[in-house]
Order: sequence, then structure tokens, then C-alpha cells
Amino acid sequence: MISQDVLKEISIQTKDFSLADEVALLEKDNLTDGAVVTFTGRVRNNNNGNSVTSLTLEHYPGMTEKSLAKIINQAKEQWRIGRVKVIHRIGELHIGEQIVFVGVTSKHRQDAFAANEFIMDYLKVKAPFWKKEQITEAGKTSENWLDAKTSDTDKAELWS
Amino acid sequence: MIKIVFFAALREQLDCAELSLNADDVKTVNDVKQRLSDKNSQWRQTFSNASLLSAVNHDMVDGSHLVKSGDEVAFFPPVTGG
Repeated sequence: MISQDVLKEISIQTKDFSLADEVALLEKDNLTDGAVVTFTGRVRNNNNGNSVTSLTLEHYPGMTEKSLAKIINQAKEQWRIGRVKVIHRIGELHIGEQIVFVGVTSKHRQDAFAANEFIMDYLKVKAPFWKKEQITEAGKTSENWLDAKTSDTDKAELWS
Repeated sequence: MIKIVFFAALREQLDCAELSLNADDVKTVNDVKQRLSDKNSQWRQTFSNASLLSAVNHDMVDGSHLVKSGDEVAFFPPVTGG
């Protein structure tokens, strides 16, 4: 079973998030941690030479939360970290919009840096999200599902 | 019964989001895949894709994983979030 505590650290949502608000929550009444590391992923305007206009994010409700909880718990076992927050948006997202947020706090910076990168790397290959991109080529609009990148799999394997 | 769900490009290729299968006919995830492949040539071709991933009750598993009545079995392409 997934504990309620770790579920509070995960949010799958269509709405945007505020980096400032998320940092404030990681810091609120948290006087023991000196390090706050955040990562924000955004929609690029290009992919494989194509001009991307928007993305649609699909996920597997239930499994998404379970897999992210597992990843967060693994990070907590491996590093001495304080607070964690993972936000992933779903639905239609346009160029420049925020897609994903990972925030980690720790006493000293090394643990927060490493845990944040680990969570992102594992999210990339284990959490059930899929991106479909809408592209414009020579004035024509089409859409296609993104292929997984072997570079992401290789990167995640470096942690094991 | 076993609930079977499909996601993303796989769901679109099959034009099917979910279906049910009699649990008596299958022991493992590979058996489920075989039953689905037997539906017709288009399903066979779709399930011959070696990169497809599978999950049982929201945990990623491999083909030898056992399945039973009440399980939710999912098939989907490699994930591309983040």
C-alpha cells in the first residue's frame, strides 16, 4: 500500500503551478534544511527538427501515483533528504508552459542535488506518462506520439 | 474476470481502451498477450512489438508474472513523461 504521507508529496494536475509557492511550501516551518533544489521541465518549441506547437500528456491514473511514490521512497532510502514535492501536469500544454516540478530539501546541498536528479531520471523511464506532440511542418499540422529515448534509459541505469 | 487496459499509441492502434478476459484461460501476462494477439492479424502485429511494457495492479511486471481473477493488467508503450 502507498502511505498517505507520500501521496501528499505527489500532485498530478491539469492546472499550472507556481515555482515560488512550491518553494515557499518546501521552506515553511522547515528550519533544519539548508538546501532547496528544484527542477522545472517546460514545453520546448522544437523536437527532432520539427516545430512543436503543443503537447498532450496522457497518464495511467493510479499507477502514476504508485510509481512516483515508489521513486520518492527509494530517494529517501538512498539520501538524507527532508521534504519532497513532485508535480506533473497532464492534458494539453503549449510552448513554454511548465510540465513537471521536482523539489527536494536537505541539510546540505549534495543530498538534495542527487535525490532531485534521481527522481527526475526515474520519473522519465518508470512513471506512466505519454506525450503526444502537435507539430507544424511546411504549414501542415500533424500529431504523433513521442518515442522513448534510449539516452533516458541509459541515464536512469547509472543510478543502479 | 481480468480487466485489461491500454494506453497512448497502443490504445489508438487497437482503437480499444479496455476489455475483460476470462481468468480461467490465462496464467501469465504472456498468456494474456497471446490471447489478445489471437483476436486478429492487426492485434497480432501490434502485440509483436517487443518494446511494449506491461503492468499488473499498477506495478510494472514482465511476461512471466502470474495473473488471477480481479487483476488489472495494463499494456502500454515505453513512457515519455517529464
